[in-house]
Amino acid sequence: MTEDDLRQMIGRVQRGTLTRRGFVRRMAAVGLTAPMATQLLAIAGAAPAAAQTASAYPSRRGGGALKVLYWQGATLLNPHFAVGTKDQDGSRAFYEPLAGWAQDGTLEPILAAEIPSRENGGLAADGRSVTWKLKRGVKWHDGQDFTADDAVFNWEYAKDPATASVTTGSYRDVNVVKVDDYTVRVEFQKPTPFWADAFVGSRGMMIPKHLFKDYMGAKSREAPANLRPVGTSGYKFSEFQPGDMLRGEANASYHMPNRPFFDTLEVKGGGDAVSAARAVLQTGEFDYAWNMQVEDAILKRLEANGRGKVNIVPGGGIEFIQLHTRDPWNEVNGERASLDSTHPTLSDPKVREALSLLCDRNALEQFIYGRGGPATANFLNNPPRFRSPNTKFEFNIAKANEILDAAGYTRGADGIRAKDGKRLKFVYQTSINTPRQRTQAVIKQAAQRAGIDIEVKAVTASVFFSSDVANPDTYTKFFSDIQMYTTTMPQADPQLFMNQYVSWEMSTKANSWQGRNIIRWKSDEYDAAYRAAEGELDPVKRAALFIRMNDLIVGSNHVIPLVGRPTVSASLNTLTHKLSAWDLTFGFLHDWHRAA
Amino acid sequence: MTNYVVRRLLIAIPSLLGISVILFTVLALAPGDPFEELATNPAIPPDVRAALRASLGLDDPVWTRYFSWLTAMLRGDWGYSFVSRVNVDQLILARLPTTLAIIGASQVLALAIALPVGVMAATRPYSVFDQVANTLAFIGFSLPTFFTGLLLILLFSITLDWLPFVYRADLTSTGWTWWGEQIRQSIMPVAVLGLFQGAAWTRFVRSAVLDVIRLDHVTTARAKGLPEGSVTLRHVVRNALIPVVTLVALQMPTVFGGAIVTEQIFRVPGIGSLLISAILANDTPVIMAVTFVFAGLVIFFNLLADVIYGWLDPRISYS
Repeated sequence: MTEDDLRQMIGRVQRGTLTRRGFVRRMAAVGLTAPMATQLLAIAGAAPAAAQTASAYPSRRGGGALKVLYWQGATLLNPHFAVGTKDQDGSRAFYEPLAGWAQDGTLEPILAAEIPSRENGGLAADGRSVTWKLKRGVKWHDGQDFTADDAVFNWEYAKDPATASVTTGSYRDVNVVKVDDYTVRVEFQKPTPFWADAFVGSRGMMIPKHLFKDYMGAKSREAPANLRPVGTSGYKFSEFQPGDMLRGEANASYHMPNRPFFDTLEVKGGGDAVSAARAVLQTGEFDYAWNMQVEDAILKRLEANGRGKVNIVPGGGIEFIQLHTRDPWNEVNGERASLDSTHPTLSDPKVREALSLLCDRNALEQFIYGRGGPATANFLNNPPRFRSPNTKFEFNIAKANEILDAAGYTRGADGIRAKDGKRLKFVYQTSINTPRQRTQAVIKQAAQRAGIDIEVKAVTASVFFSSDVANPDTYTKFFSDIQMYTTTMPQADPQLFMNQYVSWEMSTKANSWQGRNIIRWKSDEYDAAYRAAEGELDPVKRAALFIRMNDLIVGSNHVIPLVGRPTVSASLNTLTHKLSAWDLTFGFLHDWHRAA
Repeated sequence: MTNYVVRRLLIAIPSLLGISVILFTVLALAPGDPFEELATNPAIPPDVRAALRASLGLDDPVWTRYFSWLTAMLRGDWGYSFVSRVNVDQLILARLPTTLAIIGASQVLALAIALPVGVMAATRPYSVFDQVANTLAFIGFSLPTFFTGLLLILLFSITLDWLPFVYRADLTSTGWTWWGEQIRQSIMPVAVLGLFQGAAWTRFVRSAVLDVIRLDHVTTARAKGLPEGSVTLRHVVRNALIPVVTLVALQMPTVFGGAIVTEQIFRVPGIGSLLISAILANDTPVIMAVTFVFAGLVIFFNLLADVIYGWLDPRISYS
């Protein structure tokens, strides 16, 4: 699809001859994520439609208790300190953002009166600011009014380094101005195509100024409201035991009509994923169970009971393999995997191509991940129908052998290939997690048949993913030849996701291995494309840039995408929920209800 | 007696200090930090993680961290959880009632089984009752609790659908319904723990009673024509109890410490599950507090056992 085609389609949407949904679907066919397609429309001046909420919502309340099971319970209830999704969900039960991301990639207003667009004047033409109109008449659970002061306060609170909030990345580089009591303007330092970050989704939950204003900065942990949240949502806080139980009751003066449906909300934490699946699908003790990291075969068996179903919501999470660009074994200038070194064998594109051919992604999907891991050829990933058409994957041991033969790697007496004395012997590390160890075994076996010796290594997750500078086994240090893990894409825009391969993000000793570019890959073309995308206001060109970036990194074979990681949950058949991979589990809790 | 207790308490101080140093060093040497989930989330800049680490003092040298922990502990401040950002004592106190109820009930159940069965088996050694009790006890303590727990869940929750397998510490009902629900949800965890403990203790009680029952003073008591019941209770059991008391007293700290595996299986929000989630999340202050309290309790109950000896056996004196 060319730029002209896209422009024509946007024009059709503006004239009303093409539905927005139809547009998004067509964009999907050429590999554009739904959220991107939507923002593309917004910035091109085709306003997002008003929220399209669930059609058959019951016109009543009083739906009894909603019982949700998290096998890891929320440990804190301040959205600005929420370390994991479990904590963000716990906070989201009580706090709300201005808008949330629906699964089709549209923004739905929650505390905002409308979604900013070029037509309603919300989006500045130069991309340097976005103006949010707040819903009037919204009250905090304690009866105080929700106003623009609260929004401005959340920005001040989160951007203060002394607060040590985890949301600070979304707030510290913007400026927030109160226009009037019900209008705020977010100003950017440079033209920003992705404006829906601060105040939106999991990053945008609002805490009340009147309860937190005395607890900013270093005093933030003393705020009593950290444990007794007062929010704006459909459920008022009633009880919280960290790591165990969270309870709320219906908020009678909620700002959405006929909502919430349920009288009480109970979120029980603890235990393990398999028994959580049982408690929903087999015994029906609970309505919904979060994050079903359970073998698909077990889930299918439990589903056969007919009581509940497994929900698979495709998002951007991806399980992938990294092949090092640098030499992780020898110190150069006092540093392993130094930027001044190159990997002795993996720097050869033929070796990488062979390794890519040795990853049997279909087998991983079929025998290990099931519905929880569809095989994919893209790093920037979406639901299956959103795939970029330019990439493909193949499992072919014979072809891998041919490539290595042609490149001059000959088998030694032990069957391991070598060239110029450099043997194809790699250490392949990942975190301890059953599917990952099985994946390692599958790839090791295939590699063996191509004369490549792989030594597998598994590191405890809490070490592998830690930022402990003293530990050599962290994934950001990447002191091995090959490693594998999942990276998530919590934001609906690929900008932050794709900075994992820009050269200024390289993970080195100098930045305490905090850079995101863990493979230390450098491509001028990629850098240029990323820089261009950062400031590119033309959504069509920007989209093309991200697709190009995906093709560059995947084409280099330094990154081998394996399977997508959709979010998997279990729910009773009687529960009607609304889930989105681009937002939290409770992102649309106000729309959950029970079928009549 | 008072002198003895005071002396023992004074000896406990250096032991506790030593324990705290070892615990702290081991935890400090353990790799990892509590921010695993932030790591793979591209929306969170790595310097935010670094700032969080620094704000929790994780980058300071071990000995600085130890002394700040120690001085805070002496002032009664147990520190605050890295993960929950809540004071540790609050976290522990919130979970103590559940732990005491579940583990306490299971220990009572264990004693209620072990004492009568052990004594009966010992007074009729190698009878049918003894054989059966022995066999069951063997089976009981050979099966690990995670296995019997899953077995009970499979049978009573999934196949028969009689009992819930998710324990809830906050039942909303009141009065008799509350008691009904509480008992229903407690049966399985209490039974799993109690039967396991009871089986081990049964064998112990039996052998302790057997040792005493052969002694001369028992024969004398019988020869005096005392009824068998009072021989057993007053002359045998009281003497046989001394080693049993040690065992039970040393078991008491676990009543406060919780049962890690069983709590995890039944989702009992006790100290054990707090400890395991803290360990998994590298939440050092919580691990430190729980294990340290545990060490303190072990020392305390050891002392208590010694004091009870003096009461059970007047021949032992501490003056």
